[in-house]
Amino acid sequence: MFPFISFEWVWDIGHIVFMGSLWYALSILGIGMTYCIIKAAIDTQKKDDTSHHH
Amino acid sequence: MTQEYRKEKKYGMVIDLDKCTGCGACMVACMAENNVPFRDNETDKLKSITWMRVYQLNNGKSYPNEEICYLPRPCMHCEGHNGHSPCVTVCPAIATDYDRETGIVSQIITRCFGCRYCMGACPYHARYFNWWDPVWPDGMEKSLSPNVSPRMRGVVEKCTFCFHRYQLAYEKAASEGRRELRENEYQPSCTQACPAGAITFGDLINKNQAVYKMKKDPRAFRLLERLGTNPKIYYLSSREWVRRAGDNYHPDEETGIVKNHR
Amino acid sequence: MDSAFIPEGVKRCPFSQFLAGLGVVGVVLAWGIYAMLLCWLKGLNQTNMNDSYGFALWIWADLAIIALGGGAFFSGFLKYIVGKDELKNIINFAVLIGFICYSSALLILAIDIGQPLRGWFIFWHANVHSMLTEVAFCLSCYFGVLTIEYIPLILENRKIDKIPFFHNLSHNMHEIMAVFASTGAFLSCFHQGSLGGVAGVLFGRPFAYREGLLVWPWTFFLFTWSAAAYGPCFTIFLTRLLEKITGKKLVKDNVIDLLAKISGWMIFTYIIAKIIDTWYWAAVTVHSKGQTLMDFYDDNMFYGLWILVAEIVVGGIFPALILLTKKGRNSEALLWTAVILACLGVCINRWVMVLQVMAAPVLPFEDWALYYPSWQEVATTILPVAYGIILVMISYRYLPIFPQEKELNPIESY
Repeated sequence: MFPFISFEWVWDIGHIVFMGSLWYALSILGIGMTYCIIKAAIDTQKKDDTSHHH
Repeated sequence: MTQEYRKEKKYGMVIDLDKCTGCGACMVACMAENNVPFRDNETDKLKSITWMRVYQLNNGKSYPNEEICYLPRPCMHCEGHNGHSPCVTVCPAIATDYDRETGIVSQIITRCFGCRYCMGACPYHARYFNWWDPVWPDGMEKSLSPNVSPRMRGVVEKCTFCFHRYQLAYEKAASEGRRELRENEYQPSCTQACPAGAITFGDLINKNQAVYKMKKDPRAFRLLERLGTNPKIYYLSSREWVRRAGDNYHPDEETGIVKNHR
Repeated sequence: MDSAFIPEGVKRCPFSQFLAGLGVVGVVLAWGIYAMLLCWLKGLNQTNMNDSYGFALWIWADLAIIALGGGAFFSGFLKYIVGKDELKNIINFAVLIGFICYSSALLILAIDIGQPLRGWFIFWHANVHSMLTEVAFCLSCYFGVLTIEYIPLILENRKIDKIPFFHNLSHNMHEIMAVFASTGAFLSCFHQGSLGGVAGVLFGRPFAYREGLLVWPWTFFLFTWSAAAYGPCFTIFLTRLLEKITGKKLVKDNVIDLLAKISGWMIFTYIIAKIIDTWYWAAVTVHSKGQTLMDFYDDNMFYGLWILVAEIVVGGIFPALILLTKKGRNSEALLWTAVILACLGVCINRWVMVLQVMAAPVLPFEDWALYYPSWQEVATTILPVAYGIILVMISYRYLPIFPQEKELNPIESY
């Protein structure tokens, strides 16, 4: 499953295409969720700051 | 690394059905040799484990024209097309493998997680699932073969051509400074147990071994050759109806018209 | 009692009635869990599977619920990629059903394997050439997508939404939902397909085996297509069922009509492809293996030509024709008939591609192997249904699943 770590890993077309697509999809999900969470934290912070000022 | 200097082999069998009496010695020898588990009640054959199973075939006619033939069926160690055995390609965890050095389809029981996809893929029903943990009668544990690990419940097992015997023979040969095995040095237990000498085992691509010549016998056929499984078990029978029972045919087709990948 | 958690402007049954309902379904759930524990603790000898039936009721249930749950990925695809915006009124429910179907499928797979503790081997020691590996990876990933799609719904609960962080998080997730949904559609295409591939690659089993394109047998494409076609029917069926149970209209007719029409066209085109596939398989593939179509529909107590007719004509052509006509879609009775027949049709297809594959003999000297499930198998298959009902009950009560409910069922103000 992991390049360099799993001993079955081979750099052949099957592994590159299959695992490549997998890691690509996982990255999109991971980055997307991280973005949402961080942005939500920042937005919440901002709201707090503005409400303190008023 | 070993591939560089060890010659490629394709171990296989030729089983002479004209000689087989259906005594079942091969089945017994196989079970003892490989620590195959059994239960108190073995009436449900769909849950029994028989790496080597003897089928009883009949010509479908009634007395006095009825004829019987016994057909021992180990794992066919299919080569498929270029090592693509039906079961090996489907295993999701690489728990079964086609060994290009020996042509043996292995089963890594500590890797198998019991999805049973390989059983669905095998048209010969040569693969068996451990529905229970093995329970040996009192004292029998002491007489189990030390060379084969017993399997736990929840994994698939099958005939390995007594691969442990290959390893032992190879170790012995290596200790004598030889790279290659002699024909009689590596023989599975079923082959040795057959009182009629119906089973011959050896390297199918080695011109000096008996199986090489026997597989070219006009009586030879393989099971389900049309599917492209490319099995390494050849059968010999002088009876046409037996050879025809080895595969599916349309009524207008001659027996043995398809001979794939020989 | 729990009114503070119930979405604003909608009416729900009294809390006691809700609890009683949960209790009844909970009994069934407990029965299923008991059977599940038996299978895990005592092993698969609790089932009626055997060496001829390595795959049985469970694998069928897996394939069937994933096909039925296909409504989630296909309506997501239609809304976010094709741009059918009306579907926003049913997509939440489709996502919820998808979430239930996929989590159930994963649970069933975890019960189905002989050594559950080694289940992670399928990821760690993955054989990238096995269709089952593709199933496991895409299924788990797509379940992740469905969870991501379901989370904002939970966050929209009246109480949770009051917490600023969760409010912002749900807003942000909605903003980029198209990205998640398209990743989901991509993953879905592959795992629906690879589930079809599971049977299609079995060249040792002429009943299942199909030729194909590159590494994918025709069943790969047929399964994706049929899940996209039939999945929405299940979404419509459950929406209508929920409307009957709650006695309320939850989704406007034009939304259902649109989804039904698309589903009709998908089933229509799918069934043509399926007929061609069946014909080619019978005339060419099977013939080349020395067998005929009737070898697979004869000589046994259960599998006759009736099952082929039930799948293709009754469960395929009939619902397609009903859903294609405006009259059919507009008639309540005909719509019900169509979606029920469609759901049955796709379930029969999955049944045949699992169970009949195992049942039909390949060696000429072997017989058909028929099988019936043990109570443990039945209970563990009903378990997801009970779990699904409970999740729908809770979600419907506390989350704004149906955006049009408030408008369609105004509460009289005093």
